[in-house]
Amino acid sequence: MESLGVLLLYPVNAYLEQELDRRCRLYRFWESPREEFLRAHAGAVRAVVGNANYGADAALIDALPALEIVASFSVGIDRVDLAKCRERGIRVTNTPDVLTDDVADLAVGLAIAVLRRIPQADRYVRAGLWKSRGDYTLTTRFSGKRVGIIGLGRIGQAVARRVEAFDCPVNYHQRTEQKSVYPNYTYYPTVVELASNSDVLVVACPLNASTRHIVSREVMETLGPKGVLINVGRGPHVDEPEMVAALADGRLGGAGLDVFEDEPNVPEALLGMDNVVLVPHVGSGTYETRKAMADLVLGNLEAHVLSKPLLTPVV
Amino acid sequence: MASAATGAAKPGLLLLRRTDATFIAALRARFRVHDFYASGAALPDYLTAAAAEPDPPRTALVVAGGAILVDAAFLDAVPSVGCVVTTGAGVDHVDLAQCARRGAGEIFSVDVADHAVGLLIGVLRRVAAADRYVRAGLWPAQGDYPLTTKLSGKRVGIIGLGSIGSQIAKRLQAFGCAISYHSREPKAFAPYRYLPDAHALAADSDALIVACALNDATRRIVGRCVLDALGPNGVLVNIARGVNVDEQELVAALQEGRIAGAGLDVFQNEPHVPPELRDMDNVVLTAHEAVFTEESRANLQELMIGNLEAFFSGKPLLTPVLPP
Repeated sequence: MESLGVLLLYPVNAYLEQELDRRCRLYRFWESPREEFLRAHAGAVRAVVGNANYGADAALIDALPALEIVASFSVGIDRVDLAKCRERGIRVTNTPDVLTDDVADLAVGLAIAVLRRIPQADRYVRAGLWKSRGDYTLTTRFSGKRVGIIGLGRIGQAVARRVEAFDCPVNYHQRTEQKSVYPNYTYYPTVVELASNSDVLVVACPLNASTRHIVSREVMETLGPKGVLINVGRGPHVDEPEMVAALADGRLGGAGLDVFEDEPNVPEALLGMDNVVLVPHVGSGTYETRKAMADLVLGNLEAHVLSKPLLTPVV
Repeated sequence: MASAATGAAKPGLLLLRRTDATFIAALRARFRVHDFYASGAALPDYLTAAAAEPDPPRTALVVAGGAILVDAAFLDAVPSVGCVVTTGAGVDHVDLAQCARRGAGEIFSVDVADHAVGLLIGVLRRVAAADRYVRAGLWPAQGDYPLTTKLSGKRVGIIGLGSIGSQIAKRLQAFGCAISYHSREPKAFAPYRYLPDAHALAADSDALIVACALNDATRRIVGRCVLDALGPNGVLVNIARGVNVDEQELVAALQEGRIAGAGLDVFQNEPHVPPELRDMDNVVLTAHEAVFTEESRANLQELMIGNLEAFFSGKPLLTPVLPP
């Protein structure tokens, strides 16, 4: 695929960049001002590679007349204008499955970290407070807590399987109940009812028009002063200012957050809170998974060039 | 203290643990409590005074951590003690041989197992370190956090497959981890691969979890050889006892990159933690708290009272270590 002009929107991964450079004709979008780049190279770009935060929006798609495929280095493709791609006949691929385990591992890790206050205890020990102040406070058991999952897709199911080993009852909400597939999980027709019956609420659904702010003030208040919110989806799944306020005044007990509405910016108020665990969108951030994601992007591009079926098409 | 004028006197209890007002009230409602920490006396004087009472205490309520050892000297000082109730799965602070000779005799593993899993994910995925990164404002300033390593599918070796070890195994299996273990003898019904010694286990593991009791055979069971076998990509999690691991060797191995990281809830000389660990991003440190949740405290207090009442009414103990 040496003749494939690929526009990489951001230095998402060193190995991917290296391979694209070696095997394709690589353009790096961040190396020159946007307008200058487009004037010089727009016509040569047949493929765009972005990620969770850098996608092919309508404006970019319009500016690339030769665009044939958008291969996202992510499973969430809320930053890609799918309607525009369909209209133009542009293919879109993502990276499902290969990152499912990592995201589910992190979701459970965050839930334990929040309830058992592991990063907080670690800070306590590092500050010498175990010696000067004595034992750390009691925390809250994770095992047996009711886990509510918004979206029982690949990631949601992987979370469910893990928490079952901790004897956590699993509840879920999504567009349709699938009782025959999940006889052991309890379906709730609304997110508020899910929150009402859960101790830990995990966001694991795709971001689209109907799931934006699916975790509303009402949901968080229903989850309550002992409830814990875990977001490994997208920042906009949660009404962030409402969440910050609810955490600050105790209407929501705690949160483990991997994603935020305006990454890499995290609301200042969260940075000083003791009842939250904050990580910088590391859900799929392991060597193993990023290599697998990169190989999937490369595999999709290759399939496209060879007119073979795409490996993981979205459009 | 003079016994109550009406009704039978309450049985005596030696209380050798710090605890909260609610629990002390619950104890005082049932027992004549000799509160060691409130007395301010030295241990020998406290024990002698209790033993000198007309109806000396037959029970003692102690705590793990090594501050007070129920050893020969203790039992000799208060020979009336026939039941020692302790908290902490480990009983290394109670000299069981001495207790058995004088005729004196699994619940909380869930919280310890959860904590072990939390530490393991914390080490491999750098959760606490990444949290520090965000709080320090480094995400906008320095960009994405460096890549870490995947938990799912890793080979996990557990030293000690008792109640805690098996709960850890059950949890980590659900993450797709391959579980192996080492213990004194293979466990007949354990569906996991058995290795005959800790070194062989470490050589075959990406993550080594210490979950065994502390006794003569397991003191420093993780030393230099085992750490070297675990290797530069391996991580250690210890929720057992600090002394199960050679702490100096562990610190050196971490400093030299001979192992990749560690999650530690216990240390050789608590609450002292080796200062070299404090600046490391590849370790997670907690304050010997794996068992301490609100739920386990409530369970523990019920259980302590339950065991004491069982003893005094001649019923079988709820959770005996020695046969009644």
